[in-house]
Formats: sequence, structure tokens, C-alpha cells
Amino acid sequence: MKILVTVKRVIDYNVRVQVKRDGSGVETDGVKMSVNPFDEIAVEEALRLREAGVASEVVVASIGSADCQQQLRTALAMGADRAILVRADDIDMQPLYAARTLLKLVEKEAPGLVITGKQAIDDDCNQTGQMLAALWGRPQATFASELKVDGDSATTVREVDAGLETIRVQLPAVVTTDLRLNEPRFVKMPDIMKAKRKPLEEIALADLGVEAPPGLETLTYAPPPQRSRGEMVEDVPTLVSALKSRGVL
Amino acid sequence: MSMKVLLLAEHDGNTLNPSTARALACANGLGGEVHVVVFAASAGDVANAAAQLEGVAKVLTVERAENGVPLAAVLAPQIAALADGYDAVLAPSTTFGKDVLPRAAALLGAPQVSDIMEVVDAGARSFRRPMYAGNAIVDVKVPEGVKIIGTVRTASFQAAAEGASAAPIEAVSVAAELPSHSEYIGLATQQSERPDLQSAPRVVSGGRGVGSEENFRVIFSLADKLGAAVGASRAAVDAGYVPNDMQVGQTGKIIAPDLYLAIGISGAIQHVTGIKDAGIIVAINKDPEAPIFEIADYGLVGDLFTLLPELETAIG
Repeated sequence: MKILVTVKRVIDYNVRVQVKRDGSGVETDGVKMSVNPFDEIAVEEALRLREAGVASEVVVASIGSADCQQQLRTALAMGADRAILVRADDIDMQPLYAARTLLKLVEKEAPGLVITGKQAIDDDCNQTGQMLAALWGRPQATFASELKVDGDSATTVREVDAGLETIRVQLPAVVTTDLRLNEPRFVKMPDIMKAKRKPLEEIALADLGVEAPPGLETLTYAPPPQRSRGEMVEDVPTLVSALKSRGVL
Repeated sequence: MSMKVLLLAEHDGNTLNPSTARALACANGLGGEVHVVVFAASAGDVANAAAQLEGVAKVLTVERAENGVPLAAVLAPQIAALADGYDAVLAPSTTFGKDVLPRAAALLGAPQVSDIMEVVDAGARSFRRPMYAGNAIVDVKVPEGVKIIGTVRTASFQAAAEGASAAPIEAVSVAAELPSHSEYIGLATQQSERPDLQSAPRVVSGGRGVGSEENFRVIFSLADKLGAAVGASRAAVDAGYVPNDMQVGQTGKIIAPDLYLAIGISGAIQHVTGIKDAGIIVAINKDPEAPIFEIADYGLVGDLFTLLPELETAIG
């Protein structure tokens, strides 16, 4: 079975994101970019399934500019077999557009399983996996914290608000990853060298014949309202009387 | 032109989830006629509860055996079919709404606005939402002629109150082919007598500083004294002190209680994102440099194992 994993290039999660003064976006100049952390978990899970003999090949895919090659190389260094970059320069690639594009790759590659991060830490939309599953007409198992593949079905434990939900889906299916699914491996230097020789195919978005869906127009970016630092109290009685005076005790 | 809005009810088969009343407040902000739809095997109690809410013009029930469990693949085609007669479709931005609504949006060929914090201008179809873990707030516009599809960040809205009279309830049937490729096995839930974390007016959360699963009893004890729900930071959950459904933060639950006590929590951005809309935040931590103090209304430096019993006594 082949597994297709999506990899999105995002601002590194350790960077404190700053909104530009003119409200046109967030600062990306000279900012470290990385693989979306949830996608890294998706890559790791696919590799473990290959190592367990469940999967035969792990293909990673990204949509975006030539810069996305860096993140695909990271995934290859982790151990993915090959990579596909759908070149989409200067295109506002929103979730539905991405899902339609990924559907073309799915039709081309015919994977048994697609694993994506549950959300990208830039737009925080949490949509693409679900949308791909819908367009593909296949099951979805979102927010997975456990994944077991058994023949032509997968059993997933999902992190939902009420607790841990278990569902079984027929393959092929789309699984989206939550944080606790696994701990991604550390990439070693020799693996980075090896990854340079692994195949990375580029396909122009235009060549895939994707119909661009309507998208949202972003009007303004603003920094969040700040909670200001309150007061430090000396002891418990002072705290309790303060809370009583504010009417919350 | 007045909008027709369809709101997806969240429930467990018996009880209407409080997230529905919060999402309703957003739906009412669109200034149109709001219909709440209940997909269930048997919608009775849930539909009655939804009908009581202020601003609901009508409750629709779609009853069929397959709707007895919340499977996105089963619900989405029914939502998409029902959406035909509506200008907007909303759902709470809970794991339920996040799972099902994008699937319906894709079937409708429409973009989704995730985590609506505010209806900026209903006429201009503009909405406010967070990005980058709440480090950027954007205003987005749904283009003219495109259905408004959105999940509502429940912490940003006060729950709609109960109205003076109940809205009519109408059973509807939806023509949609349902797949059989997804099977619901079950839900493992922690039984608790304590209030629900997402709707409780008071929450006490523990972090890594609590130190162990056993030590967490000091958090539970204080919470019980306050009639509060119990939460935890991701660090405490990852360390195995408490189960994951107690996690508060960007990747856990986003909450807005009147009073939030952060005990032994350092205040990573991930956690702070989950409590930004809380009324009053109290932080107790032995490290005076902990970032949580930057956002706390009241900070107290010291050993939680000494201070918490003191606090319990002082509350009386």
C-alpha cells in the first residue's frame, strides 16, 4: 500500500509571529520556516506503517513555491521515499483549493491512505483533510491519536471534546493527525545527505487542471488585543479579598 | 435582503451541547432567520431544548438510525443537501463542528470561515477570526453569491438565553445517499460529577508544576471547593497526570470562564491561547519569571502545595 502525506511550509512554531505594521500580513522576511508540526507527525506515522510492513511506499506532497522543496527534503530525510511539489507561485492556496489539488494527486497516485496534519499552524483552518475526503468520496478519521491498519480497514482513536472516540474506516481513507499520535524522529546528518538524491518531482498547478474554487478575501490583519499584566499579590488573604472585591468569589 | 441561516446542533443524543447556544448567538448576529437542525436517531429532547433558545425561528429534525452517532461522512451529505435553501450554514467550532462542516463545505464547493470570533458586518459578509495560534486576528469576507459556511469559536460568544416561547419543531427528510464506509465503534469518556470544562464559570487548571497524577488531587480538591471544572496544561497531559480531554489550550479546549486559576502552569503561548477570553486569570507559580504572570490579573509566587490548602481555608 502506498501512503500519501501532505507537508505544508509554515513559519516555525518557535517563532513569535508579528503582524506587519500596515496590517497587510505577518512578517515573514528572515523568519525561519519549517514543516507544519502536525504534518511532521503525519510523515512519522506513515514511516512507522512502512517499517511495520503495512505500507510499501511513502510519498510526500506539498503545494507552493520552489521554497517548499526544503520542507519536502526534510520529509525525505526523515525517510519518505519520494516527493511531489505542485508548483503554485503567488497563489492564495486556501483549504478547498488545496483539497481539489490534492485530489488530482490522489487520482494520479492511488494511495491506500492519505495522512495530513489536522491543521496548519499558520491559518489554523483545520479543513483540508476533511475537504479532500469529501471530494474523494472516502472516509475521514480526523484528530487521530492512534492508528491501526488491518487489511482493508483502519481503526482510529480520535481526540474529541467528550473523550476518546474510536471509529473504523474502510481504505482508502484520509487520516488527520493530532499531537499525541507519535513523536517524530530526529533527522541525522547522513539522512539529510541521502535525501538530496531522492526523487522530487515538480508538477505545475496549471497542468493538473484544477478548477479554482471561490475563496475568502482577507481584508486586514491585526495583532490580538493584549491582556495586560495585573498585580502581584503577597499572600493568600490578599488574593482572596481581591477576588471577592471583583465579585468572582 | 434577510438571510436564512442553518445552525447545526451539537448533542449526544439526549442533551443539547451548550456550544450550540453559543454558536446561536453568532447566527443571530447575521440578522436573519435562524433554523437549528438536529440530526439524530431520535431528536425529541434535543429538539425541545433547541426550540427554547432565543432567536430560533424553527427547529428541524432529521431522524434516521444512521444519525444516532456523529459520523462526519454520514452527516455531511445531509447537511449539504439541506443547505440548498439557506444563505449561511454554521456549526460550533468544537471537534464535532471541525470534523463535519469542512466536509459539507467541500461538497457545496464553498470556502469555510473557521473559528468565527465576531460578525464584523453581516451585510458586507465579513467575519473576524484568529490565525497563528491567536497571534494574528484577521477580517475575512465571503464573496457575494457564495454560501457563508463557518464554525463559531464558542469562547467568543455568550450563550443565547432561553426565549419566552418555544419555536416550532418540524421533522424533515433529506434526500442524500449515505456511505457505509465509516463505522462508529464507541466513545471512552471520563465520568465526572464536576462541571463541564467548556461551560463552567470557574476553572482550576494544573500544570507540570503539580508534579504527578497523585498530586493532582490538590487541584481537584480546590476545584470542588469552588464548584469549578478542572483543566490542565498540555505538559500535564503529556506527563500523564490527567486524561487528554482536560487539556486547555490551542490544541485542547478554548475556554472563557469568569474565573481561571492557573496552578503550576508556566504559560506557554499554546496554553494562553486557550484562556485569552477568561474574565479574571489568577496564576500561582513558584517561578516569579513564569510567562503566565504577564497575562494574569493576579499573580502569587510560591509553593502550590502550601498555598492551595491555605486558599481552600481562606475561601471558607
